[in-house]
Amino acid sequence: MKMHTFTVYVEDRPGVLNRVSSLFRRRGFNIVSLAVGHSETPGVSRMTLVVETDAGGAHRIAAHLYKVIHVIRVEDITDRPAVIRDLALIKVSADREHRPSLMQLAEVFGARVVDVAPESIVIEIAGSEAKIDGLLDVLRPYGVLELVRTGRVAMARGMGSSPARKGGPQAAMPDAEAGVSFSV
Amino acid sequence: MKLTGAQILWECLVREGVTDIFGYPGGAILPAYDAMLDYPIRHVLVRHEQGATHMADGYARASGGVGVAIATSGPGATNMVTAIATAMLDSSPIVCITGQVGSRLIGSDAFQEIDITGITLPITKHNYLVTRADDVARTVREAFVIAKSGRPGPVLIDITKDAQQSSCEFDWDAAAPGVPGWRSVIETPADAVAAAAALLNEAQRPVILAGHGVIISGATDELRAFAEKAQIPVAMTLLGIGGFPASHNLNIGMMGMHGEAWVNHAIQEADLLIAAGMRFDDRVTGNLRTYAPHARKIHIEIDPSEINKNVPVDVAIIGDLRDVLKRLLPSVAQGDRGPWLSHITALKGDSAVRDIQSLPDDGHLYAAHVINDLWRATKQNDTIVVTDVGQHQMWEAQYYHHEAPRSLITSGGLGTMGFAVPAAIGAKRARPDAEVWAVVGDGGFQMTMCELATAVQEGIAIKVAIINNGFLGMVRQWQEFFYERRYAATPLSGPDFVKLAEAFGVRGIAVSRRGEVLPAVDEARRHAGPVVVDFRVEQEDTVYPMVPAGADLHAMIRRPSPIVETGADL
Repeated sequence: MKMHTFTVYVEDRPGVLNRVSSLFRRRGFNIVSLAVGHSETPGVSRMTLVVETDAGGAHRIAAHLYKVIHVIRVEDITDRPAVIRDLALIKVSADREHRPSLMQLAEVFGARVVDVAPESIVIEIAGSEAKIDGLLDVLRPYGVLELVRTGRVAMARGMGSSPARKGGPQAAMPDAEAGVSFSV
Repeated sequence: MKLTGAQILWECLVREGVTDIFGYPGGAILPAYDAMLDYPIRHVLVRHEQGATHMADGYARASGGVGVAIATSGPGATNMVTAIATAMLDSSPIVCITGQVGSRLIGSDAFQEIDITGITLPITKHNYLVTRADDVARTVREAFVIAKSGRPGPVLIDITKDAQQSSCEFDWDAAAPGVPGWRSVIETPADAVAAAAALLNEAQRPVILAGHGVIISGATDELRAFAEKAQIPVAMTLLGIGGFPASHNLNIGMMGMHGEAWVNHAIQEADLLIAAGMRFDDRVTGNLRTYAPHARKIHIEIDPSEINKNVPVDVAIIGDLRDVLKRLLPSVAQGDRGPWLSHITALKGDSAVRDIQSLPDDGHLYAAHVINDLWRATKQNDTIVVTDVGQHQMWEAQYYHHEAPRSLITSGGLGTMGFAVPAAIGAKRARPDAEVWAVVGDGGFQMTMCELATAVQEGIAIKVAIINNGFLGMVRQWQEFFYERRYAATPLSGPDFVKLAEAFGVRGIAVSRRGEVLPAVDEARRHAGPVVVDFRVEQEDTVYPMVPAGADLHAMIRRPSPIVETGADL
């Protein structure tokens, strides 16, 4: 069992997110993280899904995802070199006295202070989950008032193979080694 | 050409080749019903929407085409749910059309509003909510492609009342289906075929496990050529029955929970299994840890999500079974597996030659005799048997010997009681020249017997054989084996089925002695309309052999007495 990261291209249509998340519930897989937004192709959304499972489970997840009619392409990028980022907004209790040290900490972590109020500041950080967890550890003693994280977004390094580069979502994209390149 | 959404619906259905539809009208689907009168569609008015959907399923399975059911919103739609799930689990291509409240009322809990696309999400291959007339044509065309391609399945189209009523330009060509993620053309990978051929040519004790995929892909001839060339015995799943002729010397019979003992032993002793269009359901494998321990496995399957789901396989070939078998045939060596085939024959013992007809008449009527006699009486004809779920279903699988694909229709995956009578009506509508028998228990019959009125009103001459034992027999059997004969809620009363039939305007015949079986079957066959034959069989009869759920496949409960009464364990 390990964390598997999937990049999933779907048609941008009402209910698609429900179809995908319902599939995981139905098949007994637990979603650790799910992030969704527009992709480079108009009408195509891109999801990054993190699921804890074994290799067989990962294969079946991909196969099941392809059976969702609006799913265009699925990639398991777990073992590929990839840029993986999480974004967090952290509201920390900060009076005038503690504000400078918090700003220093943020700088050390490559984070930014995006809002300053009399009793608190909001820090924005993008990075690996471990890095964000590290920042949170040092912020906690000051008092973390609110926290929001986007969940993981990921992109394989180098020349990618997104549907847009292969000639748009209409192009057939056989992926013989995965054996899951089509809907049934 | 400007048409209403309702007209476009029928325009598209007719162009998709739909001639028959099963349904029940109501408020939200009224515009569609009104428009239907202007199109060449034969509508069957059912008594319950579950029946309509099973009829569409039976129609699809008998014809090989797509079956269509139609219902109104709310309860009309939810009544379809069980039958949609039945079609989903057995990969049956149906399209269900439901009316929906006006698009502006969606989400308001309006009268007869229900989120049927949400409800059916996990039990359809795909579903649609259509809120604009402009989307009707493309949706219907897509639905038919999705329902019948790849691994077939049910598709539901929920159309709001305003989408049915409003008008738009109809352009069939412009509505051609275009699903970006859709890739149903499957190229069989050559390397997997080569790897499979290598395993096949090494095997000493191979067994083919033939499933529903043989029938769905129309691979009967290819399977036969393949099995004959390589001389490999063929075992059937319940839904595979008919995909390979029962009388063929390589057909060893049904596998699994109520499969013949020798078939399960052959699987457990095999050194290679070729799973052809089957999915290693728990009813055929028993305990997965001890399943076919000596066998390597080749899995030919159209749905990649089935690979390694229950049983890890050595070679997986993703593709259409018919196409895969065609490609496999040239690389498979001419087989001589005489020793293995004689070994399986030896496993049968004398059961292979004993004849159920020659067993002494002890005054009791056994279901096995009823079904075997039914087979003898109807085997020369083009006959479809549609079974319900339970003991009679297993006896049918054991004692009715099917020679042709689509001659047995049964709810395998979901095990839906109440399936037989409506599915038989659908099958008869699809193949009016075939003789259609519903074989059904007294429990399942009482779930959907209202559809007899449908058969009468529409003039659909199905023949119903009730295997009436006054029990929910299969559950009673489990109680007998696993719950110390504590028959909780399984003794079942029923009406006088002959009088009931007559009240419906159906010929009713009662049979309680073995000698009456054939005359009753003959009478039923001679009668032009629908017939119900009430076979009052032995009450506490048991289906043998039986692999208890989760037990090892070779650990079967055998008939205890050496005197074989019904021959189930012959």
